[in-house]
Formats: sequence, C-alpha cells, structure tokens
Amino acid sequence: MSEPRLVEIRRNILKQNDIIARALRDQFRGAGVFVVSLVSSPGSGKTTFLEKTLTLLKPKYRVAALVGDLATENDAVRLARSQTPVRQITTGTLCHLEAAMVQNALQGWNVNELDFLFIENVGNLVCPSSYDLGENLRVVLMSVTEGEDKPLKYPTIFNSADVAVITKNELSQAVEFDWEAARRSIESVRPGMQIFRLSAKTGEGMQDYLQFLAQQLEDHRSILPQ
Amino acid sequence: MHELSIAMGIVDAAMDEARQRGVQVSAVHLRLGALSGVVKDALMFSYEVACQDTPLAGSRLIVEDVPVTVFCPRCQDTRVLQSVQSFLCPQCATPTMDIRQGKELEVFALEVQE
Repeated sequence: MSEPRLVEIRRNILKQNDIIARALRDQFRGAGVFVVSLVSSPGSGKTTFLEKTLTLLKPKYRVAALVGDLATENDAVRLARSQTPVRQITTGTLCHLEAAMVQNALQGWNVNELDFLFIENVGNLVCPSSYDLGENLRVVLMSVTEGEDKPLKYPTIFNSADVAVITKNELSQAVEFDWEAARRSIESVRPGMQIFRLSAKTGEGMQDYLQFLAQQLEDHRSILPQ
Repeated sequence: MHELSIAMGIVDAAMDEARQRGVQVSAVHLRLGALSGVVKDALMFSYEVACQDTPLAGSRLIVEDVPVTVFCPRCQDTRVLQSVQSFLCPQCATPTMDIRQGKELEVFALEVQE
C-alpha cells in the first residue's frame, strides 16, 4: 500500500438540509405565508405561548401550526383547542426538527391559504440551532423561571434566532427575575436582538408581540416578486 | 444530542469521496465552527460509532476548530472573537453581528491511501 496522502475536498455536512430549507423558503415566499419557528428548552411554555398566539391571531388571520415532539401527540391535542389546523411531527428519538420533516409534514397542505404558519421545535436549546427549517423568523423563548444567564449558557441558539421572548412574566416577582441582567445576557450573545416580555397565561404583553408579527407579515408580502 | 447523525453524515461524505477516487480513507479533516451548534467531544465519540462496520472503521477524525470572525463596523476590519458569549469587537468593544466565519461544518480534506 502506498504512503498516505492528503486530498482536499469540500463537503458541507448539512448541505442537504440547507437545500431543502431553501426550497421551503422559496415555497413560502411564493405562497405569501410568513413562517415563524419557536425554540426553547423543555418546559419554557412553548405550547401555552403558541396556543395563545394562535387563538389571538385567528379572528383576523389564517393560521396553522406544526409541532415537533419526541413521542407524544399531547401538544397537538392541546393546540387543537385553538380551533386552528395543527399537525404533529413525532420525531421519535430525534432531538430536533430538520427541513425534510417540515417538508413531509406539509404534504397535502395548501400553504397558499395561510397568513401565518408556526413551527414548534422539540424542546431543546442545543441541537435545533444547526438546522435551517426555511422559516422567516426564529423566535427563542425563555421563561423567567429559567435564570437570567440562560443566553450565556446557550449562546448558539440565541445567536441563530431573530427575536427573543421572555414569558411567564406573571411569575417574575416570585422568582425575583432580574430583567436588566437577562437583557444584558441577550445583548451580549446577540447584539440588537428585539426582546418581548410577556405572559402567555394572563395575556400581558401579547399585543406588542402580535403587532410585531403583523408588521413582519406586511413587510414580507411587500417584497414579494410581482 | 444530534452529533451521531452529523457523524454519520461525515462518514457518508467521506465514503462517497473515497468510492469516487478508488482510495482508502485513514483520516478525515473537519472544520468545525464555534457557532455550528455541534459539541466536539460528542462528535468525536459519535464518529467512532458511525464508522463501525464501514470501510472507514479505524480511521481518525481530525477537527480544526474555527473561531467566530466578525466584521467590526467601527474598525472597518475583521476580528476574531474570544468567546461566543460576547459579540463585541475585541479591539474597540463595538457590538457586531456581522459574522464572517464560525458556522462551518465541513469536511475539507481526507488522508487517503491507494
């Protein structure tokens, strides 16, 4: 056998995911639907937050959701209470969603008939950061019970997201949540990131977030190819 | 833990190249960005598992860590960040999100034998 030699190649390991994500983004742009993905750690209140969002948007917009979960369909059942179309993506042992799973889950759905599509990722602050899902906006959610330094512990996911939502604000006094410290943590890993502080339970602060989404939808459609 | 599926992607990519070139792979060189979302130790462990029962069994994974490089709007130059916890220019402390490097997850070379 000859001496070992080095050959240069260039292979992006996530290229396949990126190709599908790009195709999805093109599809969403063509359909005029604004796609929002949600990432957070388990137990941050993603499902409650999404349920509230769907319920409040529904009178005015056509909304739907895809929810990723490891094993159960509980989230989809809960979200169905909002009377909006919901599909579950059961990931089995996989700790994150990939673009191909979103593509498969959308089969038979006419996204042209939607204003907003929400994608709830599996509760995990590490793995989802590597995978583009073709979304227009990635929202990272943390609750006041998690500690102000969460962004410093998981900088990559905060860095990959577009806006941050801090929820369960109704508990902030009880847990002595230091809002300024949380804001500094986020600013450190993602300078300029917009932050929404709200309570999905009481509805406090939801209006600002919904207005922001409405504006995003309007901007998204105003740059559509004519 | 998504490192196992990433490791399997690396092994697939290397096997594909090896087949096309008719060579045996003894080591895979990977560029791994600090913002790739991949944990190096978990990846090293997963690589061994992913190589089992493939032509790459026994091969090494050599990882080149790529720090985050940003463009500083004030210095008008690229700067290497010391930590992914602080997106400030290390020279002038201006915040910046203009990321130029650090998301790599790329096989860039193979050590091969004919």
